[in-house]
Amino acid sequence: MSSMTTPLAGYLLVAALLFAIGLGGALVRRNAILVLIGIELMLNAANLNLIAFWRYGPHPEALTGMMFAIFSIAVAAAEAAVGLGLVIAVYRHTNTTELDKIDRMKG
Amino acid sequence: MSPIFYLLAAITLAGGLAAVLLKHLVHCALAVTVAFAGLALLFLELDAQFAGFAQILVYIGAVAILIVFAILLTRGADLPKAGVFSKTWFLGLLIAAAVFAVLGWAVLASVSAIPQQTAIPSVTVHDIGVALVGRYVLPLEIVALLLTAATIGAVIVAMHEKARPRG
Amino acid sequence: MSANSFFVNLDQIFVLLRNWLVGFLPSALRPAAGVLLGVIAIVCVFPGLFALTTVFERKGLGRMQNRLGPNRVGPYGLFQPVADGIKSLTKEDIVPLSANAAVHFLAPLALVVTVFMGFAVLPMGRNMVLVDMDAGLLFFFAMGAATELSVFMAGWSSRNKYSLLGAMRAVAQMISYEVVLLLSSVAVVMITGSLSLPKIVAAQDQYSGIFPHWYIFTPWGLAGFVMYAIAATAETNRSPFDLPEGESELVAGYHTEYSGFKFALFFLGEYLAMFSISGLGTTLFLGGWSAPLSFLQFIPSWIWFFGKVMTSIFVFIWVRGTLPRLRQDQLMNFAWKFVLPYTLLNLMVTALWRFMGEGWQRWVVCTIILAGAYIVMGRLGMRGEHFGRRSYRHAE
Repeated sequence: MSSMTTPLAGYLLVAALLFAIGLGGALVRRNAILVLIGIELMLNAANLNLIAFWRYGPHPEALTGMMFAIFSIAVAAAEAAVGLGLVIAVYRHTNTTELDKIDRMKG
Repeated sequence: MSPIFYLLAAITLAGGLAAVLLKHLVHCALAVTVAFAGLALLFLELDAQFAGFAQILVYIGAVAILIVFAILLTRGADLPKAGVFSKTWFLGLLIAAAVFAVLGWAVLASVSAIPQQTAIPSVTVHDIGVALVGRYVLPLEIVALLLTAATIGAVIVAMHEKARPRG
Repeated sequence: MSANSFFVNLDQIFVLLRNWLVGFLPSALRPAAGVLLGVIAIVCVFPGLFALTTVFERKGLGRMQNRLGPNRVGPYGLFQPVADGIKSLTKEDIVPLSANAAVHFLAPLALVVTVFMGFAVLPMGRNMVLVDMDAGLLFFFAMGAATELSVFMAGWSSRNKYSLLGAMRAVAQMISYEVVLLLSSVAVVMITGSLSLPKIVAAQDQYSGIFPHWYIFTPWGLAGFVMYAIAATAETNRSPFDLPEGESELVAGYHTEYSGFKFALFFLGEYLAMFSISGLGTTLFLGGWSAPLSFLQFIPSWIWFFGKVMTSIFVFIWVRGTLPRLRQDQLMNFAWKFVLPYTLLNLMVTALWRFMGEGWQRWVVCTIILAGAYIVMGRLGMRGEHFGRRSYRHAE
């Protein structure tokens, strides 16, 4: 199949670029929810890395990479739920989701 | 590199870029859904069917909807007056570019050490099931505990506070 | 036996037809052409069934409400879908001025595409599954999860309070019942040992005497099927769970602002989702394409599959015409406080069934546990409700 002709480096570069995009998004945007979206993109990039290495590794029948990725998906879903719950709770107190304005602990 | 890979990579990266650059939050959420879908297709391209379908089921079916609900509950539809990018956006961009440069250099410098092509692994759901209750039973139980804690925690964090009696 | 081979050929007639058509092409193109023919068949058959179902629903509901359904267009009103189709194609496509045009346009497309994808893994007859995936059930549920987002897209992009409210209610309902759907299917997967739908049907295609080994004839299968049916009704936003699109509540819910062909696409998407989920329920619990009695196996398998699916659709229509609509909080209460715990209990009872091995003891134990749990949970939930005497009013 066509995956035979795509070298591993291609997938790793895509994952690295996606990670950088997610990191940039988390650092550059104001809204707390977009920071969470950036974090999800970073987690996805790591998953892609895991699956790519599993596929091209020496022992794919050991399923290590796939298992790691599946657990990572489960943990990411839980973390998204808690993170968004936190954003909603903060919104209730401060009536904003902009991170620039949530600086009440600054002395 | 096959054309399918280019197409899927383009879709994923375009979705990711749109998710961090667009002004309207709901558009960002839909763009990140496209990125998730592109990634699921990349997983399928890598012969990881279970991971691909789990990605669609969990990320598109749950995380994307969570994000959208959170945007709606926090009135994300109103755009802030001072723009959507923070004051230190250039520094953030530099850091992201630096990270990509380092990772990209690491990948390209070790091209000779990584394998170019291998046989397609035949992974059945049966194997995954056996692995989950065999070798990976401890992570499975820990993830179950984690999910329970996360569910209870999210409910408590997002719950309306009861009015506390004064004094 | 020429009679036997005639029936075998009739059973496999679509497979033979496809092989014959594909044989005209060079062997390199044959797999792709075979899949393409299967896709064309699905895209033609199921919307055709959709057209038939719309007229059956209107006439069926009409009869249940003591009136005639549509009876002008064609004999007994059977050409009504043609009239409906022409109407929806020629109506003006109105997009609200402040609506988000791109998302508004994409929402019905996303819905119909993801719903069509679900049909790829349903085994519609012996050897008649489009893609025999190892994780076919997981693929089906992944496509079902993706439809929820298109519902939200439709409701939000219309910039209409009613649409948004309808969309949020619909998504909340769909997420709640998605869990129930998944858990009731897991019981079947536990007993069969595979996520592949053709294997699940093959496991039910056995007969002890003349009676089939369908999972619905086991205690956990019956409980699972009832929970699955409740969840399926809620997933497809059908009455009594159709608050998100109830005409008397929210105009038309999340598809208020759609007109013409896009509305027809939403309608198509909803009915196709009904077919798809009935098809899955048939595959998981009702034995798929296998015949109900062992001497009826000469009737082609695809007739049995479509017969069971149409029977499920008829039950959907029947329930719509009979039960009153549930309020949103009643709906969610029902899901989280009764259906989900009962489904979890069913999962444990299925495990118990597997553990106890063959024999009459497991039938008795499982039935007692499930019936007892239903009585206890049902009665507990009903504590404090006082009902008067039932009164009927018949039409004269």
